[in-house]
Amino acid sequence: MGSISLKNVKKEFSGHAVIPNLDLEIGDGEFVVFVGPSGCGKSTLLRLIAGLEDVSGGTISIDGVDVTGEAPAKRGLSMVFQSYALYPHMSVRGNIAFPLKMAGMDKETIKRKVEDAAQVLNLTDYLDRKPRQLSGGQRQRVAIGRAIVREPKAFLFDEPLSNLDAALRVNMRLEISELHQQLRTTMIYVTHDQVEAMTMADRIVVLNGGRIEQVGSPLELYRNPANLFVAGFIGSPRMNLIDGAPAKEHGAATVGIRPEHINLSPDSGEWKGTVGIAEHLGSDTFIYIRAEGIGQLTARANGEIGLKHGDTIYLTPDAGKLHRFSEEGAAL
Amino acid sequence: MSPAVILLLVWMLVPLGMTLYFSFLRYNLLMPGMEEWTGFFNYRYFLTDPAFGEALTNTLLLVGGVLLISVGGGLFLALLLDQPFFGQSIVRLLVVAPFFVMPTVSALVWKNMLMHPVNGLFAWIARTFGLQPIDWLASAPLLSIIFIVAWGWLPFATLILLTALQSLDEEQREAAEMDGAGVFSRLIYIVIPHLARAITVVILIETIFLLSVFAEILVTTSGGPGNASTNITYLIYTQALLQFDVGGASAGGIIAVILANIVAIFLIRMIGKNLEA
Repeated sequence: MGSISLKNVKKEFSGHAVIPNLDLEIGDGEFVVFVGPSGCGKSTLLRLIAGLEDVSGGTISIDGVDVTGEAPAKRGLSMVFQSYALYPHMSVRGNIAFPLKMAGMDKETIKRKVEDAAQVLNLTDYLDRKPRQLSGGQRQRVAIGRAIVREPKAFLFDEPLSNLDAALRVNMRLEISELHQQLRTTMIYVTHDQVEAMTMADRIVVLNGGRIEQVGSPLELYRNPANLFVAGFIGSPRMNLIDGAPAKEHGAATVGIRPEHINLSPDSGEWKGTVGIAEHLGSDTFIYIRAEGIGQLTARANGEIGLKHGDTIYLTPDAGKLHRFSEEGAAL
Repeated sequence: MSPAVILLLVWMLVPLGMTLYFSFLRYNLLMPGMEEWTGFFNYRYFLTDPAFGEALTNTLLLVGGVLLISVGGGLFLALLLDQPFFGQSIVRLLVVAPFFVMPTVSALVWKNMLMHPVNGLFAWIARTFGLQPIDWLASAPLLSIIFIVAWGWLPFATLILLTALQSLDEEQREAAEMDGAGVFSRLIYIVIPHLARAITVVILIETIFLLSVFAEILVTTSGGPGNASTNITYLIYTQALLQFDVGGASAGGIIAVILANIVAIFLIRMIGKNLEA
């Protein structure tokens, strides 16, 4: 229960098309991540699905039922907002109970459901606190609690982790993934962080300028990016994109090679360069190299490599992992 | 103590001390030089005056009525003005305008141009529908004054509530919408709790000023007919400047101070917790 399908969806804000024309099918129980740079229309798309914005054209259906004109509450979806949007004057219990109270459920059922949700999210000890007395992670869990008690057809997450610090973000990422394993409900998750997209998604939808650039599983996007945009967006550190003469040798307008697919050698190789900065992370080392006739390149090497600023080094791209792109940016 | 505190103390304590002192004297302006100590006679006189009970009731009705109209109406207007519509800024400016009209002027306008039984707009409207015009200030003097004062304070409440409304997080509103709350539920569960602090501020500030409404009464009804529109402030004025009884008026002033404090204590206990944290 919870397949969502978008057909020819358009959205304009005062004549300016934010989403020109978009088709997308989301299967039941899938964890789909919308990812893209800021302003790419991913949040707008989520709000269109939620019903918080009206479409300018096209249809949205949930479980085969056309809900394009339905009010948000009638669509049976829950949303977790970036700012959590907790009700500050209500206790945690009041916040989680609010959607049930609005649905007109009796007190006993509400109490039971709220306590079940609190159990799942480790909030039992905090039920009588106000949101302002909670930490960021706890607030996040309350927001999720408020979303799950309604037993929606699908969850919508609008950049839910962007207000948390890095360590907490990793934790919450795991918790949300675990929640998805437990509930098996469709989840749509919007983020600008490709690491979140890669780690959580069953399927990633890469958006740019209101258009879908590519849809696929994280590894598909990593292995076979359909175009330059996806190639540059997915993967960390970014793929090295090289154009001009070195790309011509490989028969493409642009070639791309991920930092982890460059072999380094002190005495021979395809390209010659000098080491700029080496970032030692312990497990890995990211080396920023100024290559002759190419420009800046990033390479990833094992953590113990002993390179330092100014060393001369030779680079050879792993031929099987080289991505070739045409003049228009499409993969060859 | 810093000079500022001393200045403030002198500023407050000297008039208060003098009023207290006068309240224990038989001090009538028509008999200069005859002041003598009378103990609590002035207090007994003021409290047993039949006009006092009526004035007290009128004061409370006036404060309560104006608060009801200005907070209720202010909330309604603030919700309206918060919607996007054409000419928003000019309408907002117009709504705020009554606050800048001084009480005497607004009372005169209401008395002579709106509520006048012959020339007033309300009388004209009544006659247009073939009804008998009402002589507002004669037949419902206190209610009329409540309207006049409320008209002046409505913009204040509207303005404060409008700014508070604009600080409501848009995502909270949307979350409530997703949670299935309709327009009315959103108002009750989200908007009004969010406005609680602003409403508290409006009530506290207005109460302070409404306990001492004077100009509107002087200009329109002069407290009449009888004592039907006399409040404590106006009663003290009559005592001091129409009957020249400075001693009795001072006693009335002290009683008014005590009453204001009682009201303040009640208000703070009832709604003051909204101001915490």
